[in-house]
Amino acid sequence: MDARIGIRNTKSVLFKSVIIFLAFVITIPLIIVLLYIIKQGVMQVNWHFLTNIPAPVGEAGGGISNALLGSFIIVVMSSIIAIPVGVLAGIYLSENAGTRLAYYSGLCVDILQGVPSIVVGIAVYFWVVKPLGTFSAVSGSIALSIMMLPIVIRSTEQTLLLLPDTLKEAALSLGVPYHRVILKVIVPCGFAGILSGIMLSVARIIGETAPLLFTAFGNPYLSTAITKPMETLPHLIYTYATSPYDDWHNLAWGASFILLMFVLLLNIFTKLITRKWNIQL
Amino acid sequence: MKNKRLDLSYSQMKWETIFKRILVIMSVVLLVIVIGILITLIMESMPSIKSLGIEYLWGKVWDPVNNVYGAYPFLMGTLLTSFTALIISIPFSYAISIYLGEYNTTGWLSNLLKNTIELIAAVPSIIYGFWGLFVLVPIVRTIESKIGVAPYGVGIFASSLVLAVMIIPYAASMGTSLIRMVPSPLKEGAYALGATRFEVIRSVILPFTRSGLFAGILLSLGRALGETMAVTLLIGNTSAIAHTIKDAFFGPGNTMASVIANEFTEADHTVYLSALIELGLVLFFVTVIINLIGKRIISKYTNK
Amino acid sequence: MEHTVVSASKFNAWFGDNHAVKDVSISIEKNQVIAVMGPSGCGKTTFLRCINRMHELIPGATTKGSLKLYADDIYTMNPIYVRYKIGMVFQRPNPFPNLSIYDNVVAGYKLNGLKMAKADMDHIVEKSLTSAALWNEVKDSLHKKGTFLSGGQQQRLCIARAIAMEPEVILFDEPTSALDPISTSSVEQLFHELKEKYTLIIVTHNMQQAARVSDKTAFFYVGELVEFDDTKTMFTAPTDVRTQNYITGRFS
Repeated sequence: MDARIGIRNTKSVLFKSVIIFLAFVITIPLIIVLLYIIKQGVMQVNWHFLTNIPAPVGEAGGGISNALLGSFIIVVMSSIIAIPVGVLAGIYLSENAGTRLAYYSGLCVDILQGVPSIVVGIAVYFWVVKPLGTFSAVSGSIALSIMMLPIVIRSTEQTLLLLPDTLKEAALSLGVPYHRVILKVIVPCGFAGILSGIMLSVARIIGETAPLLFTAFGNPYLSTAITKPMETLPHLIYTYATSPYDDWHNLAWGASFILLMFVLLLNIFTKLITRKWNIQL
Repeated sequence: MKNKRLDLSYSQMKWETIFKRILVIMSVVLLVIVIGILITLIMESMPSIKSLGIEYLWGKVWDPVNNVYGAYPFLMGTLLTSFTALIISIPFSYAISIYLGEYNTTGWLSNLLKNTIELIAAVPSIIYGFWGLFVLVPIVRTIESKIGVAPYGVGIFASSLVLAVMIIPYAASMGTSLIRMVPSPLKEGAYALGATRFEVIRSVILPFTRSGLFAGILLSLGRALGETMAVTLLIGNTSAIAHTIKDAFFGPGNTMASVIANEFTEADHTVYLSALIELGLVLFFVTVIINLIGKRIISKYTNK
Repeated sequence: MEHTVVSASKFNAWFGDNHAVKDVSISIEKNQVIAVMGPSGCGKTTFLRCINRMHELIPGATTKGSLKLYADDIYTMNPIYVRYKIGMVFQRPNPFPNLSIYDNVVAGYKLNGLKMAKADMDHIVEKSLTSAALWNEVKDSLHKKGTFLSGGQQQRLCIARAIAMEPEVILFDEPTSALDPISTSSVEQLFHELKEKYTLIIVTHNMQQAARVSDKTAFFYVGELVEFDDTKTMFTAPTDVRTQNYITGRFS
């Protein structure tokens, strides 16, 4: 009898050890990747690297200013499209839960969340690139804004659903019209949750490459024309990583390091906001 | 004063109506985007569907130069990479779910692990691909030459390894929250009968959360099927079919997503481009169905 | 009749198929405290929410019959204007968590975009908080968030917020049911002072409270207005057997 209990306990302890081992061992690849990118990238980054465009093959030096500026412009344009649409659609979903339109819109959000980004790229190619006759920063922004939408919508919806109804009633009973109740009371009260959703969505799209391959395409020169091709950090990494030149690989390592830092900082900020305001996403 | 308020209330009513209409329009925009993507994919696939027919899907040769198109190599490549990655990832996903959901639900260590796992999903896939190309591929090449297969390095095997790590967070976070939802009276009932922790996990927690954990795995699978950049960099981009199972597993290949990424801008005639878009259409349907099934299972779960 | 502020005749309200208020006719006079009581689910809160058109905000809610503020039909008036004229205080104190005490009092102006001079606004804040017996407690912390106050203080802040709009009528939906006894008495004392200027309609399930604070009492039962009379008469000599049963505690 005692022996059997002993065996069962040993089994239990053994199982726990295996679980702990497996759960923690998977962080090792992540740590290796992060350390490797930092090691390879940090040496590349200096003022020259940040303010110059890539050097031609065979010339030393060069930088990634075109990709930094391009990523910035494209992320800003995507946000300008996705934030109003996403927040307002999120408001609709939280305010009208149970209606037929809310059901189908919610289904579309679920679908958009799962659609591979490259498929979005194909669609936007036919919507924007083909009619305009050229790859362009605008088309890239539209593709990325579609990728942002589900995250912004869901975080807005979830945040607003947590706010008590009494808040809305208080404002309505003062004769405050519906649009002001939403924009001046409900949205400010849920601001932190909505903001963290937006930051999370930016963190997601800033490293998105696939839909940009046939929309923003890429551009070895500094460009601010939004109807022309534009370079971005992830696309620059892709192009230079697959090139056969060591100088270009180094550019790509430096760009990876900077992209990684952006993504990490955005994620940490989001965590801090949600922790401070005690929001669950 | 009185009239000012009355006037104001009428202008407010007008804005109220406009605002409500804007909200409706914004959620209709979502429908338009999704239906628009679907229609665009179908329309642009038409040339290929018409001239290649349904046989396209199991045609074994992909040779755009001679106008021969068959999707079989990509379907196989996608299934092989995704399921290999999934099989590798499952023990880890389950372990994380059980650890964070049952053994250690609060405290700094639990939080640290949870945030680290979330970080795995946050790192852009292009970075995994780039790292894999320069660090993992040489290692895989060494292994391959030791076990006696052609030492390409790049290929299905290398892609699956990276993919496995990338998809773990999706199943793990879903599993963690489901295991935390197991009602404690159920567990206490088993403990009261003298069950050990392992026995409680095996005979109470896992059966209770089985379909939910399966849904989490589906979400991971959806990610794996559509993942593009890391795979494109690591898979070797060969559209020929391998002759032996060993070659198929270790040798280079192509997935639906990677062939679209590589050849879309090079496709120089209608049927070629259209054949690629048809792959996108298949990918769209498969990922949508997998995701919706997963979501449906989970929403049933959380409503119970 | 010129003293009648709110009057209903054959007024009905529904939630979908649920007939919550049935053929209610009542006329409420100026500067009085009216208690509305009855067992839960009797339609008293629904009737209250019909008076300032909050009822219709619930999906599927409908109404029929006439409900008047002075001579104007409430249901042909602009609903926003109705709510300016008829204020409301809720069961749970609900100050705006994102606004300071000061901004909470003038929330009705600020959120509506009614512009006014700083001095006028200061005046309204002081006057409203004084009327709500809160001025002395908060005058040094006007710019702190309203949510830091105690429950009773929060409820008085909500009353000040309603007063600030200078309404004709203030509706109270079980205003003390979420408060402790001390806070409750502070709110009840206010009713006596407020009726000098306003007409108060108070929904309560607490009979002692109805007896303490009201001039007249309305008794609702299963959607009908059973009896409406002076509070004293109601509690001493009710005419309807259902009122009698309720007051003597045969059902609740």
